[in-house]
Amino acid sequence: MKRFDVSSVSKELKIKMYMRMQQIRMFETRTIEHAKQKLIRGPLHLYIGEEANAVGACAALEKGDYVTSTHRGHGHCIAMGGDLKKMFAEICGRTTGYCKGKGGSMHIADLDLGIIGANGIVGAGMPIAVGAAIAMDNQSRKNVILCFFGDGASNTGSFHEALNMASIWKLPIVFYCENNHYAISTSSSDSLNIHDISIRALSYGIPGKTIDGNDALEVYLTTREARQRAVNGEGPTLIEAKTYRTIGHWIGDPVRYRTGSEEEEWRAKCPIRRLRDYLLGTKEATEAEIAHIDTEVKAEIDEAERFARESSDPTPDEALSDIYA
Amino acid sequence: MREITYAEAIREALCEEMRADSRVFLLGEDIGIYGGAFGVTKGMVQEFGEERVRDTPLSEHAITGAAAGAAMTGMRPVVEIMFSDFLTIALEQLANQAAKAHYQFGGQVSVPMVLRTAGGSGTGAAEQHSQSLEAWVCHVPGLKVVIPSTPYDAKGLLKSSIKDPNPVVFIEQKLLYRQKGPVPDPGQEYDIPLGVADVKRAGTDITIVTYGRMVPRCLEAAGKLAADGIDAEVIDIRTLVPLDKPCIIESVKKTGRAMIVHEACRTAGFGAEIAAVIADSEAFFHLDAPIRRVAGLDVPIPYNPQLEASVVPTVEKILAAAKDLLR
Repeated sequence: MKRFDVSSVSKELKIKMYMRMQQIRMFETRTIEHAKQKLIRGPLHLYIGEEANAVGACAALEKGDYVTSTHRGHGHCIAMGGDLKKMFAEICGRTTGYCKGKGGSMHIADLDLGIIGANGIVGAGMPIAVGAAIAMDNQSRKNVILCFFGDGASNTGSFHEALNMASIWKLPIVFYCENNHYAISTSSSDSLNIHDISIRALSYGIPGKTIDGNDALEVYLTTREARQRAVNGEGPTLIEAKTYRTIGHWIGDPVRYRTGSEEEEWRAKCPIRRLRDYLLGTKEATEAEIAHIDTEVKAEIDEAERFARESSDPTPDEALSDIYA
Repeated sequence: MREITYAEAIREALCEEMRADSRVFLLGEDIGIYGGAFGVTKGMVQEFGEERVRDTPLSEHAITGAAAGAAMTGMRPVVEIMFSDFLTIALEQLANQAAKAHYQFGGQVSVPMVLRTAGGSGTGAAEQHSQSLEAWVCHVPGLKVVIPSTPYDAKGLLKSSIKDPNPVVFIEQKLLYRQKGPVPDPGQEYDIPLGVADVKRAGTDITIVTYGRMVPRCLEAAGKLAADGIDAEVIDIRTLVPLDKPCIIESVKKTGRAMIVHEACRTAGFGAEIAAVIADSEAFFHLDAPIRRVAGLDVPIPYNPQLEASVVPTVEKILAAAKDLLR
């Protein structure tokens, strides 16, 4: 039984969310192949299994809103409509990438889409979100910042300083905690003395809510409500979404710290299959329509991959540009 | 020209930029009614309101990060970090975020923020409130670093820093806040670009390269040297990053002797960088003596006033080193 009312979510939006989740899944799956062939160097932190969070939450945003992302940020960028070609090229270190090949997987930004940047330092996007919200406040703009972070970040000073500052000034921020239960190898049960991170909201006098992060519709509706609250000037909300990365911390992670049965249990909760089954169940989409979306997404990924392959590497002198504005 | 204090000059720069540009706002601890730990922002909240003179919780890390975030999204924040010792708390956001955003995002964003802070010893505030940590921030590409020594420079350089599209660390000198100096009347604009040194005293016999509160000490020492017939040139570099290397190199080529004076600890201090700049340049061939550094001792700043005074360069120490170089 659904714990929330999905009647306000249009069929078109649900189908779009399915498409976005498939984009993330197929994009990242393709990057794994590249990494195995050593065409991508450096760590790739994959979002596979967590797609409903980025897609559901970003679907609740409006034009002019901002997102701060994390080291596991591909999903957030794609959910915001990021250019798959520029993303793939960036991950491959090409000049045609989002950051001219200088940022890589952990530093993709697209200011035009409102993505202030992925971030290699856990929790560091949170004070930046506070600043972007101050800017909105001072400019009297009716927009919000969607600030993604994880269970690991909830133990950093960034989290506590940012939530405190956002709460005292009632800043328009939706703090979205993707609790995937592991900070690299450390289980959140070993690093937190509480079960639900959302109760930390109590310390700052703001609402906190724990939701199912593998349910795109629940994510969407919860974020939409928090966004509305922020736009109304009522301040930030802390959403904690329970989810799981079904791959390791990074591609080379042998994943010795958790059991196969635990992974199987979470794979069974695949957010993409879940939304597809829902769409088929409500007859909002047919098998053929779903298959058509999958084919189209695959073609987009093929094109992005080809674009990255055919793009050139930067020349050494490009290391010396963009140090100062 | 009228005379105002170093603190007043900084306040004037802030007020003028805030009046001229609605994107400029202040963020910091006790900068509102209290007026800042050193009184720099006194009266500003009354004029500009609490949104633009934002008193913050004790969160140097988040204050600095918030400035970076606001700067990335169209504002021009000026942060006050009460003591430069607290840079240690703000450093993650400053060094990993603000300094790198422009580069790592391929030039998509700029971070036009200023972090003002108060550095230096001499107030009896002991180990954790007296350090000179400028070398730490000079070591991070992407940051600019300014340390003014006069009210005139403080006002002009702060205005340039606020207008600069990059993160600028602006280190004020506690012991100079009450010092007066000539500054043009408000409204009389003057421009001091970042990266241009100022020859505070022209001379021919020895080049003394310095900055911050050591500038008046070096000038005093130069005056005493003049009494002995030694004509010292005193260069106030004013901005450490970017550094006006040609000014230093040309001076040393002329005098053949180079001495560097700073309050910060000697080891890995900024003086080592300046010495290397000279040694790496054609000025090397003009040297008649080794390059000499007069710097703070490699100790924490102690509490007792005699001890405190003994660990940083004094006029006597500067004088002795200069005379030794000219033997």
